[in-house]
Parts: sequence; C-alpha cells; structure tokens
Amino acid sequence: MAAPFDMDDDSVVVIIGTGAGGGVLANELAQKGVSVVALEAGGRYLPEDYINDEWESFGQLAWTDPRTTSGDWRVAKDFSGLPAWIVKAVGGTTTHWAGASLRFQEHEWKPRTTYGAVQGANLLDWPIDAAEMEPWYALAETKLGVTRTEGRPGLPGNNNYLVFEKGAKALGYTEVHTGRMAINSQDYDDRMACQQTGFCFQGCKWGAKWSSAYTDIPRGEATGNLEVRERSHVARILHDDSGKATGVEYYDADGTLQMQKARIVCVAGNSFESPRLLLNSASSMFPDGLANSSGQVGRNYMRHMTGSVYATFDKPVRMWRGTTMAGIIQDEARHDPSRGFVGGYEMETLSLGIPFMAAFLDPGGWGREFTTALDAYENMAGMWLVGEDMPQETNRVTLNHDITDQHGLPVANVHFDDHPNDRAMRAHAYKQGIAIYEAVGATRTFPTPPYPSTHNLGTNRMSENPRDGVVNRWGQTHDVPNLFVSDGSQFTSGAAENPTLTIVALAIRQADHIAGEMSKQNI
Amino acid sequence: MTKTATRGMTRRQLLTRASAVGAGFVAGSGFIAAPDAAWAYETGSIEPAAFATLVQMARDIYPHDRIPDENYVLAVKGYDTPEAAPAIMAGIAALDAAAQGRGFASYIETGWERDRVDILRAMEDSAFFQQIRGGLVTGLYNQKAVWPIFGYEGESYSLGGYIDRGFNDINWL
Repeated sequence: MAAPFDMDDDSVVVIIGTGAGGGVLANELAQKGVSVVALEAGGRYLPEDYINDEWESFGQLAWTDPRTTSGDWRVAKDFSGLPAWIVKAVGGTTTHWAGASLRFQEHEWKPRTTYGAVQGANLLDWPIDAAEMEPWYALAETKLGVTRTEGRPGLPGNNNYLVFEKGAKALGYTEVHTGRMAINSQDYDDRMACQQTGFCFQGCKWGAKWSSAYTDIPRGEATGNLEVRERSHVARILHDDSGKATGVEYYDADGTLQMQKARIVCVAGNSFESPRLLLNSASSMFPDGLANSSGQVGRNYMRHMTGSVYATFDKPVRMWRGTTMAGIIQDEARHDPSRGFVGGYEMETLSLGIPFMAAFLDPGGWGREFTTALDAYENMAGMWLVGEDMPQETNRVTLNHDITDQHGLPVANVHFDDHPNDRAMRAHAYKQGIAIYEAVGATRTFPTPPYPSTHNLGTNRMSENPRDGVVNRWGQTHDVPNLFVSDGSQFTSGAAENPTLTIVALAIRQADHIAGEMSKQNI
Repeated sequence: MTKTATRGMTRRQLLTRASAVGAGFVAGSGFIAAPDAAWAYETGSIEPAAFATLVQMARDIYPHDRIPDENYVLAVKGYDTPEAAPAIMAGIAALDAAAQGRGFASYIETGWERDRVDILRAMEDSAFFQQIRGGLVTGLYNQKAVWPIFGYEGESYSLGGYIDRGFNDINWL
C-alpha cells in the first residue's frame, strides 16, 4: 500500500522525529519497501525559506516549547528556559548543524575499559565497536558527502580558519585542517558547492550542507512508502496487554488528538523529547514509563564538554565570512590522562554574528568590559571546544508536572552538573585555545561559557545488559521488542566528536536490521 | 546626549534650554529629541524625564560611543506602553533615589559614567535592572542599523556569499 496511510493501518513503522536519526531511518526503510509514517512536531522549511538573520531564523526553526532546567551548569542560570538550541522542523537539527562529520576513535566505543572507574561517572562500554561500525560509517560518509573522505577535497579555509591554523601550527599542532564536513566542496549528489556565505546554523540556503530536510525526506517520499505528517506532536506511545507497542497518540496541526496504529514504533525526538515521551507513556503495566525497567530512561544525559574561545586582534579578521565550522585541530582529541582528565576534545572554528555574540559572549555581562569586546568584533576570531563529558546518573531528563506545554503535557526538566573531569578538560581547552590566539598576536582573549546545548546525548542509552541501559545493540528497547530508539539518546557515551555522523551511521544500520527482522517476521 | 524638549521647539531653543542646565535634560511636554533635531521621539506613557533617564541607563549598560542615542531610544521604547510604564517609572525612581543617596541630584545629572555605573552595579541583581539589560541584548544589537558600526555585514546570500568577495582575504598573518 502506498502513502498516505490509514490511521488503522497497523502494518506501518511509525517514526517520531525527522532529523539525523528519524529522517535517515525513514528514508532508508522506505527505500527497502517498508511503509513508514513519520510524525514531525515542526513544520516544513526548505532552503528558499531559510532566513539569514540570527534571531529571525531562531524564531523560525528553534524548539522553543517550554522546558525547565536545574543543576550547576551555567546554562541553567543564563538560559533557564532554553537548555538546548535545537530545531523543531522537518529535518530536525540537521537544518541547524554545522556539518562537522567525524567518526568516533576506536577507544571511544569502550570508555569504561579505556578510562577505568571514574568516580561519580556512570561509564559503560558500548555493546558495539569500531570494526562493526566501519561499514556503516562509510555509508554515512557517502550519504552526507563528507569532505576528506572517499577522495572528496576539503573546503577552502576562510579568514577565521587561517588565523586558527597559524596559531595551531605555532603551538606545534599537526592535525589541523578544514575539517571533514558534510558541506560540499564541489557539486555532489544534486547539491551544489559551498558559496562561503556563512549562516550555516540558520539552514543552508544553497543546499550545500547535507540536511535530511531536502535529501532523505523527499527521496523517501518519492518512493511512495513514506508519509511525513508535519506539525504532529506525539503525546503517548500505546501498548497492548502483551507489552508490545500498538501505535501512538499525537496532536495534529489543528491540535486534535489522533491515533496512528503501528507494527513498530521508532523514537527519534532527540535526547530531551525521546525520554520525555517514554516517561509520558507510563501505564499501569509500565508505571515508571515505557522501556524503563532499568530506571535509566532520562539518565546519563550528556551534552559534551563545551566552551568557546574568542580573541581580538589589532587588525580585521571578519570571521563571519565563509563556512562557519570548516576548521579543526584534532591533536587534543586523544586519550591522555597526563593532562589531568580522561577522554579528549576537538577544537573547531566558530563564529557568531553580532546579535548572537551579544547574547552568548558573556551572558549577563555588561559595561565597557563587555562592550569594548563587541566594538572589536570585526577583528575577532573564534573557536568552539567540544570534548567527551562523563555520563552521570543524576544528570537527567525528568517530567516537570508543574509546567505543561501547549497540549497539556508535562514538560522536560533538564538537570546537569559538570563532572570534575568536564571542568578539568574545559580548563585545559581554554588554556590551549587562548595560547593558539596569543601565538598570532591576540590583544585580548575571551574564554566563553557553554551555549545552550546542541549535542544532546545519552538519555536512553545502549547497553549489553538490560539492567544498565534502555536499548540493545540495535537501538531496540530491552523491554518492548517493537519499540526502537533512533537518535542520539541511545549513545552510551559521548566521545569527543560531533555526534551527527554517528547518529546517521546508527540509523542506516538500524534500518537494515529492522527491515531484515520484519521480512523474517521476527517483529 | 539625549535632550527632552517641547514639541515645536526650534533647534536654537532646544540648544539654549539644554545649555541652561548644563549636561542635564530638559523635561518638556512629552518629547525628547536630539540636540540637533536629527531625531525625536514622543513619549506615551512614560514621563519624558524618566524616559530620558532610561535611555541614559541603556547607554551606561551597553556603552558604545559610536552608536547614536536614536538606537538606544529604539531599544527601550517598547516599554513605553500603559502596561509596562508604571514598573519602569518605579525603577527609574529607585535609580534616582540611589543617585541621591550618593549625593547626586538625580541619575541623569550624575556627571561621570563611572559614578553612574557604580549606582547600576549596586542594583544589578534587581528585577528592573535585569529586565532592562536583558531586553537590550536583542533590543539594541538586533537593530540592523547598528551592525555596520561593528563592521558586521549581515546576510550575504543575496550577494552570492563571499566565495568571490573576500572569505579568505586576510593579509596580515
């Protein structure tokens, strides 16, 4: 049967969310002939709709439904209602992401074995490893057209990169280049090459950056096997007396509650909404939430150790020109406990426009110390620091029953405390970032605190033993055989790398598994 | 420096009255204007003197010497509504009281920025201060008119990006 599908059609796979996880999974299944209904809370925006204006674009794309925060992270103080800067739209945060596409390092699949017991951390090895993931990473790199893989050339370096590269080389760093990016350095897969426009975070108006919004989603729809229902917010996953998922209840674009039956349900709403949905799906049979016999749903929330370093110089840089994040130093990504912490971090070029720089350079800051920094904006260079943070059981997404969203559903509270390892790594990264810019003659440097999270991971983590996590090696929940998790919330650990490539690789692999199990009548 | 003035005042009158009170502000019947009459804003619900103080406060929080008063006026005029005005005027009254507590006639007549900033520092945790500061982050810096002052070029898509327009033109490294 071809799309659109009937509400009572219980042969379909329902996928909740259409980003790097859900969007890819939807297309991959559709290509294999599986009938898919994808429910997306946001609307549909394409390159011609994207707005190259930071706040206006934020208003168009960002998930701004209410959320609450707690914990000692500075985001809870500075942006208490906005724990994450992620997207509510068809394509999810693949519209907003910067395009950095890095594989995990081999040891990062086994953090408990590699790092040992870290006090206060709930470290666990993934049930999968680098060798198993290698072919899936290769497929993901082909899909995204990642530069510096399979012979694709790197992007040219912009002004911000040239400052960063010169400082890095002065410090003796050797793994310095314009990144492995899902942004075309030449025409590829019906997408044109990067025009060095900036505004990568606001949706690429050229379509040079890979986003599921204009690749996987329309290609899946073209098969006739995929129906995307936008502005459809899932409220609850339903199950029968045997404990199998039977469908979902969702609010459609008009706010009317609908029920879609399903053979399989896949949750890919990101690391806040996915556990929130499982918790909001509690029933008499599953009083602590769906798939939560381990008690791990919502726990081990990771957001990467992050921070930024900006620096001003006596001459212009104009960092905003060109690809936002095409620049990386990987020398510090190794695991080297002699630095005073386990795991490693990447340094990547980053720039913000004046409106966001004013909001994020030093949240709450004011007076001339702050404004003279902005006065030197034209002479500013910037980098982002992103490294592995420690999973902690108490860093978690819970339901806040005191606050409900527009549908009357309890919102997610996001609690996060930095682990001492996170703080030690951030201090090291600030020091190195500052040294890089001072080596090029910086007149002033700014160790800038973390922004609202863009890398949200780990709240439905993968584990060999059902006691330790929520899903197994396929992203299938330990408790409900036809319920899968397909986004970054299944991450057992965060690694140092930007997570999208791994989310995509896991989604391609999961699609292969689900289609196989369906044809064998195992699910 | 922002001046309050009476509607219909000539530029000369404005300057005369302004100079009569030195660096202070002149309260008129609902108008504040630049001394050179390059712009004017008719206040609605906030008394002109209080509005002028609010504009000075905005500049003291985010001082950019190359940004004209007009942009600070635009950044705070959203408070000039019947709903918002009472709280703003109460906040300005508290600001003036704090200035008077330090021996100044009022906030706006506190001559040195350093002294005004001391007054603001002492109240920076107040809801009023945080409301004004928080509002300015978007109210001031999201005005396209101020971007060129910082050298920021805004969108470039309509010009074809920077691929042929200097994305890698740095020449001093």
